[in-house]
Amino acid sequence: MDRPSWLRRFGPWILIMAAAIILPFVLPPFRLNLLGRFLALGIVALGVDLIWGYTGLLSLGQGIFFALGAYAIGMHLQLSSLDSGQLPEFFGLYGVKELPAFWQPFSSAFFTLFAIWIIPALVAGLLGFLVFRNRIKGVYFSILTQAALLVFFNFFNGQQKLINGTNGLKTDTALFLGQMVGSDSMQRLLFWITVVLVIGAWLLCRWLTRGRFGDALIAIRDDESRLRFSGHNPTAYKTLVFTVAGALAGISGALYTVQSGIVSPQFMAVPFSIEMVIWVAVGGRGTLLGAVLGAVLINYAKSLISEQLPETWLFIQGALFLLVVTALPDGVVGWWRQGGPKRLAAMVGIPPTAATYPSLDGDGAQQADKKAIAAKLESGGTP
Amino acid sequence: MTALLELRGVGVSFDGFRALNDLNLSLAPGELRAVIGPNGAGKTTFLDVITGKVRPSQGEVLFQGRSLLGLSEHRIARLGIGRKFQTPRVFENLSPRRNLELAVSRSSAPWELLFGRLDGKSRDKVQRLLAVVGLENLAHERAGGLSHGQKQWLEIAMLVAQDPVLLLVDEPVAGLTDEETQLTADLLKQLAGDHTVLVIEHDMDFIRDLNAPVTVLHEGHVLCEGSMDQVQNDSRVIAVYLGQATD
Repeated sequence: MDRPSWLRRFGPWILIMAAAIILPFVLPPFRLNLLGRFLALGIVALGVDLIWGYTGLLSLGQGIFFALGAYAIGMHLQLSSLDSGQLPEFFGLYGVKELPAFWQPFSSAFFTLFAIWIIPALVAGLLGFLVFRNRIKGVYFSILTQAALLVFFNFFNGQQKLINGTNGLKTDTALFLGQMVGSDSMQRLLFWITVVLVIGAWLLCRWLTRGRFGDALIAIRDDESRLRFSGHNPTAYKTLVFTVAGALAGISGALYTVQSGIVSPQFMAVPFSIEMVIWVAVGGRGTLLGAVLGAVLINYAKSLISEQLPETWLFIQGALFLLVVTALPDGVVGWWRQGGPKRLAAMVGIPPTAATYPSLDGDGAQQADKKAIAAKLESGGTP
Repeated sequence: MTALLELRGVGVSFDGFRALNDLNLSLAPGELRAVIGPNGAGKTTFLDVITGKVRPSQGEVLFQGRSLLGLSEHRIARLGIGRKFQTPRVFENLSPRRNLELAVSRSSAPWELLFGRLDGKSRDKVQRLLAVVGLENLAHERAGGLSHGQKQWLEIAMLVAQDPVLLLVDEPVAGLTDEETQLTADLLKQLAGDHTVLVIEHDMDFIRDLNAPVTVLHEGHVLCEGSMDQVQNDSRVIAVYLGQATD
């Protein structure tokens, strides 16, 4: 393998590795924490890209699965820092004397590790199967997912006695592996875990979308009934991919929670799930890199701009969305891949360089032909 | 010889409108059959019933002696019934090669596409079909960028890639040039014999080219059957196509 192709192949990975190792020591803890959170959001964005960007299913309810993963880790952290026989503090406020049965298994770290992604995946799989089997698609699917989101939101908000209702569960003062979750060293560790999981999620999505399975997803987006008449069952594909997106959302929610310090029903607020779609749209629908970049960049911009001009962020976000819808239908990454920078350069007067054929220019016979034709044309004949 | 496909007394109604009415038709294995009929005769509904898109309110549809009623579209496709739609329908964001690779796949299970690799035989078949429909040089372009005729041919190739026993072809030459029409007729004639082919078409010259028995549908019912010449001279067919004589 010669050097440039070696560099092309591993260069980006080396950069990412270097950045992941160096950043925790360069960035102040606050900024590092933000970056970690937003990278965690990149995982839910990958799921949105999988179901929307590739398969054409616009889900406005990914917040459900995000919150389920978040609550799973939140409940575990509530329990893990208690001595045996104690109850999480908030139960006392509502006169609950005994740990509700569904809390019991979350005292096990092992169980929680699986619950984070398996519970959202199961809920997504069940919901998806019922919806897709009945051939609900398009706008109806979007409305249905949003309605489901509202049902979950209201349910979680109202359950003080079960999960502290609208107050949510705090995690940053909880103990994990003998350390406080909110401590700097723990946050650094969580940042690295997040980086590894983002890469893992990206590789999973890439594997899913590259081969014929990915082709089938695109085929569902393009013409579902044609795929049916070709002998495939779109319901199975859609259910599977919706389940995977649910699992990714759960992992994302758990990572976000431990870095933001609290989980609350706000994770299931309607605007948050819509924002997930905007990240993917801006980053680039149908490009996995775009999903992650969109989530990280938009959220980072949001926090930087909100620090300076707190009132303006919503306007900027709206403008960004309009820009993408009108001018960059394939998002930033799509625009880049389709030669966007070159077109932009051409607009300001720098024409793109055309491909040349050195082998032709260096070919003696070709040049002789060229000269002969030129001479003929000059003398008034036709070549 | 037992029939490959048999429709007995099939009736379909949409909100009181009877699209098909006591339709009886049977196809022998290896046969090439043309179906014609004026607009609204129920030609496309008739294909919808066979392929499972529409469930008839009456009657029976038998394929190789087995009832197709109540089976979902992909199962019927797996039994060996392939369908080409009236307007060309291909997966626009995939290349012709990838379109064919999806169609050639042997199983409907998602894991097959996820873990299974396309075997050498299937790959050869895709390559051969690309050559047959003249899309070798465009194999890696976006199918959405193909011309109308190329899309029609790609869809026919997808149909053949499925290796169906019975091919249902809905208006294959709509919008094609004369030369393309001729090539399509040749292709369908080649396919008949190994496969059973049913063609729906408006283009009478094309039907004549096929040199196949013709079934005329009218108001969801079989009006008559016979060779092209017999059918064209049948007074009922003339009445249906040209309007009822008043005397």
